[in-house]
Amino acid sequence: MSGDASSSTHRAVEAVWRIEAPRLIATLARMTGDVGTAEDLAQDALVAALEQWPTSGIPDRPGAWLTAAAKRRAIDAFRRERMLEEKHATLAHELTERGEHALTALDESIDDDIGDDLLRLVFIACHPLLSREARVALTLRLLGGLTTDEIARAFLVPEATVAQRIVRAKRTLAAARVPFEVPRGAELAERLASVLEVIYLVFNEGYAATAGDAWIRPALSEEALRLARIVATLMPDESEVHALVALLELQASRFPARVDAQGAPVLLLDQNRARWDRLLIQRGLAALARAESLAERAHHPLGPYALQAAIAACHARARVASDTDWARIAALYDALGEITPSPVVELNRAVAVAMAFGPAAGLEIVDALRAEPALAGYHLLPSVRADLLARLGRGAEARAELERAAALTRNERERALLQARAATLGRAGES
Amino acid sequence: MRVMVFVKASPESEAGVMPSEELLNAMGDYNEELVKAGIMLAGDGLKPSSAGARVHFSGKSRTVIDGPFAETKELVAGYWLWQVRSMDEAIEWVKRCPNPMMSDSDIEIRPVFEPEDFGAEFTPERREQEERLRASIASQQA
Repeated sequence: MSGDASSSTHRAVEAVWRIEAPRLIATLARMTGDVGTAEDLAQDALVAALEQWPTSGIPDRPGAWLTAAAKRRAIDAFRRERMLEEKHATLAHELTERGEHALTALDESIDDDIGDDLLRLVFIACHPLLSREARVALTLRLLGGLTTDEIARAFLVPEATVAQRIVRAKRTLAAARVPFEVPRGAELAERLASVLEVIYLVFNEGYAATAGDAWIRPALSEEALRLARIVATLMPDESEVHALVALLELQASRFPARVDAQGAPVLLLDQNRARWDRLLIQRGLAALARAESLAERAHHPLGPYALQAAIAACHARARVASDTDWARIAALYDALGEITPSPVVELNRAVAVAMAFGPAAGLEIVDALRAEPALAGYHLLPSVRADLLARLGRGAEARAELERAAALTRNERERALLQARAATLGRAGES
Repeated sequence: MRVMVFVKASPESEAGVMPSEELLNAMGDYNEELVKAGIMLAGDGLKPSSAGARVHFSGKSRTVIDGPFAETKELVAGYWLWQVRSMDEAIEWVKRCPNPMMSDSDIEIRPVFEPEDFGAEFTPERREQEERLRASIASQQA
């Protein structure tokens, strides 16, 4: 086989792998009861595919092939375990029984109800027992099919660190004997919150571009959006899941407009809205409508993601920045602050209030935040305050705030911009 | 990345023969898979070209040509818009599609231009955007 043909097969195997890996790992995790074992078995199946497919060709049903290959290895592993560990013979026997029973069931319904296993895998990867970093790494690895190297590059940490995180996470889950199941009742809310948080973290890592290779960052946001959409099909009745989809679709709709040709960020109100992605806006608004009607049907108030999505929707609906319904945004921030009190939410509310009801009303809220220790080193507080002071004609105070903001920011571009604004205010004051 | 996936026309699709119930079911299942995988952004089937029209451009003139059009295999009978991670992934998904036509047929995959494809090239549109941005910053400072 020529080099080109084998490399194209190799790429095809990788594509198949990315499509099949989450379902494969999920199925194997149910069989073995252990995510780490499941991933090892799945990896073995991938290795077998990489060895065999270049000569045999890609099978018609590659997913079924990978599952069968992993199953064979699972059974071998169970038997080996039974032989090696005499004293655990009974347990191993049970495992084999369980495994073989699961395998039989699997044969009968190879494509049925895989969704349940996938959802279990989502919940286990985002288990609150694990650190945030571990949850993110495990989710990208098990559900996104990303390699350790890709995750490392995305988060600008050494590959060994990511590998360690994943190994430790799997060990933690095994040691705690975390059951492979979808939580119910009171536990569900807390566990679901963790799933949504992990997806949002991944999205924001791509969106905020704080670190990592430039090329992989948009891919990270796309991955998060894909995961959110998948979870929404797995939990169609959960308002907050659709709300997260809505929030991500709406934020992603602004991607094409959020940086200028030099890569400098363009503020929301300065963005060229003609560049916003109408398809994503439409999808986001539809997901938000779904979230709102589900909440209403369940007689629940809107959750934090629904409120944030509703705020994003206010911007999305305004064809020009001056059409923005700031009074509604202020009310939504108010509601958000009620359920998730945070000085950052309050600062955002201040901006919305200033836009809706004038700078004096906004300044009142901002001034109350100055004593907030959580915002002590946060450059946006003096920056927002400066804007409001400038609009009230208090130029000298505004300039002092801009200089404070410039000293606090760690972003060079932002600092330059703040200093430039301070200098302009200075000249305006002198003249 | 996004790809546009074109289902090419066939003699029967151009003749307006409706797909069999079997094919509709198979396509329904396939579409459900695409949604479950989180890759499907949009998609629709198109009426035969006899229901369509073309506008021919030549300098200032615009000539309207009503369908049907001859080159059946080049015509589009349906499309999807997908968000995938690579062309290879898109190809894998297309291979899983049930035969879209009763006769032999093609599905064509075309990647959509993304902002980064334009690279560092400073297009006129971007230059205009940049200028607008500068103007708006200046007006905030004023």
